[in-house]
Formats: sequence, structure tokens, C-alpha cells
Amino acid sequence: MHQLSADNLQLWRGDTHVLRGISFSVKGGECLQITGANGSGKTSLLRALCGLTPLDDGRICWRGIDIGTDPAAYHAELAYLGHDNGLKGDLSAAENLRYAVGLRRRVSRADIGAALMRAGVDAARGIPLRRLSAGQRRRVALARLSLMDAALWLLDEPGSNLDAAGQLLLAELLESHAGAGGVAVVATHQALELPASAQRSVSLQ
Amino acid sequence: MSAARTGFLAAAALLAARDLRLALRRAGDSLLPLGFFLVITTLFPLSLDPSLSLLRDIAPAALWVGALLSSLLALDLLFRDDGQDGTLEQLALCGQPFAGLLLAKTVVHWGLTGFPLVLVAPLAATALGAPTAAMPGIVAAVLLGTIALSLIGAVGAGLTLTLRRNGSLLALLVLPLAVPVLIFGARASALAIAGESPAAPLYLLAAFSVLAATLAPWALAAAVRIGLE
Repeated sequence: MHQLSADNLQLWRGDTHVLRGISFSVKGGECLQITGANGSGKTSLLRALCGLTPLDDGRICWRGIDIGTDPAAYHAELAYLGHDNGLKGDLSAAENLRYAVGLRRRVSRADIGAALMRAGVDAARGIPLRRLSAGQRRRVALARLSLMDAALWLLDEPGSNLDAAGQLLLAELLESHAGAGGVAVVATHQALELPASAQRSVSLQ
Repeated sequence: MSAARTGFLAAAALLAARDLRLALRRAGDSLLPLGFFLVITTLFPLSLDPSLSLLRDIAPAALWVGALLSSLLALDLLFRDDGQDGTLEQLALCGQPFAGLLLAKTVVHWGLTGFPLVLVAPLAATALGAPTAAMPGIVAAVLLGTIALSLIGAVGAGLTLTLRRNGSLLALLVLPLAVPVLIFGARASALAIAGESPAAPLYLLAAFSVLAATLAPWALAAAVRIGLE
């Protein structure tokens, strides 16, 4: 059973106490929404959950094992989508996915085509990404997320720049991820359109 | 959920292919350090007395200062774009050994900006009046030297990843560490031009490159991780 748990997370940035004793636990099939005002530490929390930012105190466990024990094995199971899409502007959507996903698992052209189709950016697959709109780039990043085959999704404002249809796509992705027993942690202001039973939330002050 | 994981070597090859493709799309950026090296080394013969003995005396210095500055100029290309668009973060989180991936990036970087210097070194050396017999020694020295310079420079580029105006600090950080390469590279070239055996400084350069290749990936991974915090 997949489970991500955080216990009393503490993080200081200079003189600012960013994370003040955050604790939560999410199981497979659940989606944790992190809410909070701008600057309340949502991104810091997500980056700490990725293992990118070392904590001052507290413990993060994935399936009961501290994430610092074997970071590579933990990273192989997680997919992170940050403010930046992590896509190359000089490569096309299809090339971006081939390289980004290929680093983790074998992926066929047909899979990539299907993911782009589902994300609604199929028409732009051969165009360098810097010529696409911000919303289209976000959709390509969501297509990458769906291909990564990761059990844990850590998403930072995944709905930014997306139109109404894009929000719907995001909700669909989250629902099928939860349906497959995956865990998702999402920092966002918008309400997630998910069944209440699958949704949890934590608020940062 | 872990069906058909990519092995490390396949991942490193894929990353190398990606970087080559990106460099190809930005051929101007990748060729800039090479052009810089050629311009510096050919400006010396143009601005000095056309006396062969004087040229030969300064040839090693001109070659190596040119190679050093050119490699410094090239370092900006190594992590800047990947750091800005978030792909470096994705690399750190892809579950592959990070030090290995960064080493693969550095090897490609050397292939694009260091190896071309090896190819044109005979040309630049000829412009500086070096005899044909000196070419094997000079080429070997530039080959070993650029490898070490790329590896040392990569660590500096990793450390200055998050700094806004990182160019000047990068130079301050990398140039002192590159001094041994400069000394032994210039010495090997000088011996080769004088018609003597450059073996001793070449061995030292080779040792330095091996040491850099052994230690740099770990230092690099640690430096870039700090930058990503």
C-alpha cells in the first residue's frame, strides 16, 4: 500500500519559519490538497517532500521508509511538476517527452502520441515548445506526468495557465491516478474536482 | 509500476543525445568558444613582430591562455538553460544516479567545446610558428588539458548555478583551480616546440585529468544539489 506521511516538518529560511510542524498522512487512492496564501510555504513543502530541500527537523516517509534512506529509489517512484515545466523550449513536445520520460522508463512513440492526444496538444507535437502558449506547455507537462508511471505525484499549482478544458483534463488525470491507487499531493487554490472520499487537505499559515 | 525501467547507461546516452540535439539547434552558441580560441591565438601573430623566434617563444602561453579563456566562456552553456527551465530539477528527481548524469552532460559539453580545440590546435600552433614535429605533443597536451578544464569548470558552473551574475565569480572560482593545467599544458607545448620530449608534463596532465574525472562528478552532484535547494 502506498503511503506518504510527514511528521512535524520544520523548515527555516533565514529568519523566517516557513514550515511550522506540518504533519499529515496520505494513502494510495487519496489526493492531498495543500492550501495557503501566497508565500505561506506551499512550494517549500513540496520541494521538501521531493527531497530537494533538506528539512531542519521532522521526518518524511514513503511506505514507512524515510525518504533519505534511498533517495534514488524514492525518486524513481515520484513525479514532480513545479512552477517551471521542466521542458526544453528548443525541442518539440514529442522530443521533450521522449527524453524526459525515457530517462525513467522505456516509452514508445505510440504512447507519447496517445498522451499528447489526450492532453489536447497533438496538433503541436512537432513544433518547438517555445512557440507554444504557456497553457499548451503546461498541457505537455501534464502529458509527461501521465506517462511517468509514478506512484506519487507532487504538483505545484498544476492548473496555472490552463483553460477550462485544461482544468477538466487535470481533474481526469488526478482521478485516474487515484483510481489506480496512486498518491497525489497538490498545492493549489482552486478546488479539486474529486470525490470527497478521495480528497484530504492541509492548510498552511 | 516499475515496468521496463531505463538502465543508467541508456539514460545517460539519452541525455547525451538530448544535449547534442539541443546544441545542434543552437549551433552558434556551441561554436562561439571555438571561434574565440581561434581569434585569440591568431591575434598574437598579427600584433607582434613577424619574427619566428619571438612567436615560438610566446606560442605556448598564447595557446593555453586562449584555451583557458575559451573553456571559461563555454561553461556558461553547461547548466544555465537547464537550471532556468527546470529540467535540471527533473534530472535530479528522475531516479538515476545524479553524478553519472551530470558527468554525461559534462562529457558532451567537452565534446562540443573542448574537442574542437584539439582539432584546431595544430592550426593555431602553426599560426604561432610551431614546427610540424611539435604537433603530436601539442595535440596530446590540448586533449588532456581540455578534459581537465571541462571537469573543473563544470564544478564551478554547478556552484554558481543560482547566482544572478555568475560569470565573474565563476572566473574567480575556476581560474585558480585551472592553474596546474595551464602550467603543465604550456610546459608540454614549450618542450614540444623546442624539439624535446614533452612526456613528463603530459603524464602530469594525464594524472590531473584522471583525478578530475574521478572526483569532479561527486563534487558536481553535491554542488548542483545545493543550487537546487
